[in-house]
Amino acid sequence: MLEIKNLHVKLEEEDKVILKGIDLTVEAGTVHAIMGPNGSGKSTLSYVLSGRDGYEVTDGSATLDGVDILDMDPEDRAAAGLFLAFQYPVEIPGVGNMTFLRTAVNAQRKARGEEELSAADFLKVVREKAKALEIDAAMLKRPVNVGFSGGEKKRNEILQMAMLEPKMCILDETDSGLDVDAMKLVADGVNALRSEGRGFLVITHYQRLLDHIKPDVVHILSDGRIIKTGGPDLALEVENNGYAGLKAEVA
Amino acid sequence: MGLPQPKTDALDARLHALSLPNDAGCLKAARGDAVTRLRATGLPGRRDEYWKYTKPDTLTSPEVVPAALLENPETPVFGDVDRLRIVFVDGVFDADASDDLTLAGVTVERLADVAARDIHWAKDLYGVLETRGQTPVSRPLAALNTAYATDGVVIHVTAHAAKPIALQYLHRSETSDVHLHHLIKVDSGANVTVLEDGPAAARFNKVMEVDVADGGIFHHVRAQGRDHERRAVTHIFARLGEASVFKTFTLTVNGVLTRNDCIVELTGDNAVVHIAGACVGDGDFHHDDTVFVTHDAVGCESRQVFKKVLRNGATGVFQGKILVKQGAQKTDGYQISQALLLDDDSQFLAKPELEIYADDVACSHGSTTGAIDEEGLFYLRSRGVPAAEATDLMTLAFLAEAIQEIEDPTLAEDILERLQAWMARRGRT
Repeated sequence: MLEIKNLHVKLEEEDKVILKGIDLTVEAGTVHAIMGPNGSGKSTLSYVLSGRDGYEVTDGSATLDGVDILDMDPEDRAAAGLFLAFQYPVEIPGVGNMTFLRTAVNAQRKARGEEELSAADFLKVVREKAKALEIDAAMLKRPVNVGFSGGEKKRNEILQMAMLEPKMCILDETDSGLDVDAMKLVADGVNALRSEGRGFLVITHYQRLLDHIKPDVVHILSDGRIIKTGGPDLALEVENNGYAGLKAEVA
Repeated sequence: MGLPQPKTDALDARLHALSLPNDAGCLKAARGDAVTRLRATGLPGRRDEYWKYTKPDTLTSPEVVPAALLENPETPVFGDVDRLRIVFVDGVFDADASDDLTLAGVTVERLADVAARDIHWAKDLYGVLETRGQTPVSRPLAALNTAYATDGVVIHVTAHAAKPIALQYLHRSETSDVHLHHLIKVDSGANVTVLEDGPAAARFNKVMEVDVADGGIFHHVRAQGRDHERRAVTHIFARLGEASVFKTFTLTVNGVLTRNDCIVELTGDNAVVHIAGACVGDGDFHHDDTVFVTHDAVGCESRQVFKKVLRNGATGVFQGKILVKQGAQKTDGYQISQALLLDDDSQFLAKPELEIYADDVACSHGSTTGAIDEEGLFYLRSRGVPAAEATDLMTLAFLAEAIQEIEDPTLAEDILERLQAWMARRGRT
């Protein structure tokens, strides 16, 4: 599904190399987790994959189902099936959440040559999915993320993911700013989307999210490189020994 | 103290091209007084304090600059609203296209008819609020209008107006030079909504004097038409009695030059005035909102909300003043003017002014100029919304705060549709 090879990335504005050769393959139907200390390049990886400005790929490639995505516009990557759940979902005053969701869903359908959803059909689907995430009608009417609590923003990300039904989901520190109950709700939303045809890349700082979203593979990212890859136990090891211990061990 | 010779010459040339209506009737004195006011100030020039950002030349010249007609006539705004329609074609009343001028709760007449008959309240109002609005800042083009207006509507609201009164201004002549003057008197406890739509003329000078008595309510929504080459200078002069409400919103789409002045005096306690505007300009577009709100009573609220979207060298101007007189305690004044510049060629010139002589007031103002929010844009695109569509969404979002000032949801929806159509057209070019 998602295949990253020897990916090198630097900041456009300054001569700072962030990713120094990432190799990573997420197969359909699997959940990969990336853990790493602050500044290791976790968020950069998610932004580069989703097409945010400000980063320069100096070497390597990233493909989704064999198609190179790094030269695509962000909207084309989305239409191709890539989704990033933002660490800090953006507030867009003046744009209703519902309008936003419908515009996004229909834009992707259009890009893929599918028929747009009718207003009635859309409403039915969105209500059903929103209910599972405990998102009420008021939240759907409000401007995108404006005045949302941290938990509401993250649930709203998962709602978008559920509506867009992407092939490849990247979750960037989706657990940050969540209390235990909110984290469980978000995790349930993610788990409901797990399926054979879908891949997940869960980026997190702490192990606790992985108690709820059980990964198949865990990677440790440090200073722009994956320094260790293992099973779910690797996450526990980080929790017990910290990243410092792990780095020392690898070195 | 005379005017400098060039100013006198310019005024003479302009007045020479105009003629006072023969049958000025009961308005004759008021028209004469207006000419006297004009003689004292002359026409606006580039050096005048409030014409620094907007070149008045094409508004004051004897000859009108021709304005091409829109090739695909636009669908009228407010088309689905049940309304009393009054149509002017290049400033000339069109009886056939207009509805019968009868409406429960309101008396509607034409200014041209009123002049012949002696309607006291109209005579007592014509040019009066305009005159009051000449100090401390002179507004010569409004005086010119009072002197030379050929027609207009005279609306006396005595109760709850059964439906909105819609003035539709059609533009069919490339060289029309039009002066219309409307008088609106809202009695105590009465209410009315007045709608305006259309470009009106190649050059349109319009004055609206609105006198709202205690507890009266006046709502006004207008769309200024999308003819690219039209020019317009409009003035609203309003006086508000105790606990009265005055709300006005203007949408400006296209138009090479627009100057909208709104001068409001809060004379009764606890009165409320909201003045809002949204404009979108692309290329040869200059749009100026000049607002003057005077608080002269206790506990009044004033609110100014202006949003401008500019691209391809378009220019936006905002000159907004709040004057709080001595004794106007508990004033709540708010003013915001914001421009969204979609490229580096466009500009926004803002001059917010507060002048406060009372000590127990809350007045705030803000003005911002900025590009589209890149974070928001990326967020939308990451969800699959193409860049152009995402920009439109963000642009509408930017304008939303001004559109929200329209109380009636149906009217707000009409305005929104007009904006969306503008964006769709931009998208094609």
